[in-house]
Amino acid sequence: MSKFFHLKFKFCYYLVICALAFGFSLTGCSSKKLSSKPTINVWHWMTDREAAFQELAKRYEDKTGIKVNFELYAPSDIYAQKVRAAAQGRTLPDIYGLLGEKRDFAAFIKSGHVADLSEVMNEENGVWKECFFSKALEVVEFKENNTYAILPGIYGAPIDIMNIQMLYNKKLFKKAGLDPERPPSNWEEFIDNINKLKKVGVPGLVSGWGEIWMIDCFASNYAFNIMGEDKVIATLKGDVPYTDPDWIKVFSLFKELVDKHALVSGVVIMKNKVAEQTFANERAAFAFNGSWCINVYDGMNPHLEYGVFLPPKVNRKNPMYIWGGGSSFSFLVNDRSSKKLEAIKFLKWLTDKDQQAYLSSQTKNLPSNKFALAEIPKILAQFADGMDSATHPSIWPVNEFPGVIEALGKGIQLILIKEKTPEQLAQELQAIKEKESSRIVSN
Amino acid sequence: MRIFKNIYVKSIIVILCFILAELIYQKSHNLRFISPIIILLAVALLIILVTKIILAKQFKSFLFIVPALAIFSIFYIYPFIKVLQLGHYSWDGILPTMKFVGLYNFIEVIKDKVWWQSMFNAGYITLIALTFQNALALILALACDRQMKAGNFYRMIFFIPPVLSEVVVGLVWQWIYDGNYGLLNHWLVALGFNNLTKAWLSDPHTALTCVAIVHSWKGFGWGFVILLAGLQTIPKQLYEAARVEGATSWQVFKNITAPLMIPVFVLVAILTVLGSMQSFILILTMTDGGPGFHTEVPVTRILSSMIGSSRFGYACAQSIIFGAILLAISFVQKRISQNMRQA
Repeated sequence: MSKFFHLKFKFCYYLVICALAFGFSLTGCSSKKLSSKPTINVWHWMTDREAAFQELAKRYEDKTGIKVNFELYAPSDIYAQKVRAAAQGRTLPDIYGLLGEKRDFAAFIKSGHVADLSEVMNEENGVWKECFFSKALEVVEFKENNTYAILPGIYGAPIDIMNIQMLYNKKLFKKAGLDPERPPSNWEEFIDNINKLKKVGVPGLVSGWGEIWMIDCFASNYAFNIMGEDKVIATLKGDVPYTDPDWIKVFSLFKELVDKHALVSGVVIMKNKVAEQTFANERAAFAFNGSWCINVYDGMNPHLEYGVFLPPKVNRKNPMYIWGGGSSFSFLVNDRSSKKLEAIKFLKWLTDKDQQAYLSSQTKNLPSNKFALAEIPKILAQFADGMDSATHPSIWPVNEFPGVIEALGKGIQLILIKEKTPEQLAQELQAIKEKESSRIVSN
Repeated sequence: MRIFKNIYVKSIIVILCFILAELIYQKSHNLRFISPIIILLAVALLIILVTKIILAKQFKSFLFIVPALAIFSIFYIYPFIKVLQLGHYSWDGILPTMKFVGLYNFIEVIKDKVWWQSMFNAGYITLIALTFQNALALILALACDRQMKAGNFYRMIFFIPPVLSEVVVGLVWQWIYDGNYGLLNHWLVALGFNNLTKAWLSDPHTALTCVAIVHSWKGFGWGFVILLAGLQTIPKQLYEAARVEGATSWQVFKNITAPLMIPVFVLVAILTVLGSMQSFILILTMTDGGPGFHTEVPVTRILSSMIGSSRFGYACAQSIIFGAILLAISFVQKRISQNMRQA
């Protein structure tokens, strides 16, 4: 009898389990039916844009019923690691931003992590493509016969654009008896202004030169100005050595800045955030910073009076190029995503005039859509003017080895602390360049 | 014992089969078809091995450690083997293909001057931590071990720095050391030492020492807790007997406390060395390895190779060499402590 009850109990137990499993599977099916519209997942690291992105996601859901889930991962270096790990594990979201150089971008494309948007961009006589600033689009574009052997195409959509220029404090200019509406137009004037500012106790230039890329950017600007674009590209290709007198002239500018006490103390290890605080708190007359700073300064000191100008020329014959474009602020679509089409539609909507205008007004960044430029603040318009002089490593036909870039940045830091001369740095850089070239050949 | 030996031999054969299969797959396109055959053979051998273990009565208890063994294998053994493997490849961390380069990465690490400078910097930080940090920890532990008023309060205070976020500590100390508006310079001026003020972290002569001091300040609490726990295990009767015999405080410390604390000293020393050699968050927040390479440490170099230069293989080779050095240091420390105990 007890055996019978035991069997009966066992039977009931299994029946309940089966019923539960069946119930759960039904619930699973029904929930799928209820939310037939997919959720688009987006990864980014842009803390200052997060609130605006969330608002735009809400608007998109109201309009289409498709939920867009923006996931913020900061700081940027942690985000970069996360994206790489996800790429290795093939768990990238539908849309993501990529931090890195053009060769990293190319590697992502080769590994099938990035969708080619050319076809969609060129639809309807290229309406989507034409709405972008050409400089912004160039950074996500691979042209024919590119050195990375990537099929020509457009592999992303720029969200906004930036450029890096010089800024000056108008109030401190007045204090030193300088014309607040006339920033220096050449290097001699710049040094002269700094001398005048020093006399009234105002420190000169501040920048986040503790971050290698900021030094690289400043040096690159002056390399383009001193020797011209062709010679810089020839150096990257290995045809012109770093020991060339023009390169030594570039490195000597840093020595001159130190010798003339033109830099704020501690700039050599200063993070850009600290440099921004220094300028916002009126502890430096000049800053070398990007267009994103408008939002930052606004938060730190809303009464800061400042102007924007191109870095003062050393060589008046050559144009001054600045870094700009949308390299870091572009979204890519995961080619393996099952919601690829929906993701592309969302990106198209996000880069449309109205959304771009909203994003620009909220984040005070330059919109990537040129038709959204109409209503931007005056200071942002000054940055926008510089876009004609913009260039970026992402659009150069060839890029420098990361090892050389690091040695250049660290070497300039050593010039700034007077441990190295420009000539010594030039020789060391050339040696590293040759070593890296031979390593690539042997590998 | 025989079956044990068989299991070991078979396990090694299985592992070697998997490695061989992967090597053939990576290196030769023509012989790729052999890889699945080898994997099949290895899997068959593995099944036989596992069945034998399960069937053998004396090994039924082995099943109980399988979950722990599986976790250990997945999270420790596999990554370790993978790092060893990647150290022999040239790989950017993104592309699915990698190129076998043998010992090239290791040779390059050995020739890398910046790498050895970073090792020297880590050694310097460790030396400061071993001396300054542990001496401070010992003095405070000895003080707290005595019956003193508000002892628990002090214990809590001394343990605050270790529980603080390294990023916060780094940023706060960066502000203290700031050359323009830093607290340290402010105090120096207030005390009349105007000529001593400087940008502490951008000066190559002071940057590393400044970082080492912060590291020691941040870490002394760990040593303090361990040393205090060690001191409290020493029987009080020994001290009472020594006092009765008329021993001075120094004699008590030299002849009772120090000899009985040797295992604790060794533990603290090993933990200090391992912790200090691997420190990097403070450096990232305070100096980012600068100015130049003056505050670079091995972990920042590994990070730079992996993220900055996209050289995963090289970064793995750096990690292996660094791990081997740490292992050697720990081994030497252990031998020294054994000799001291015997003496």
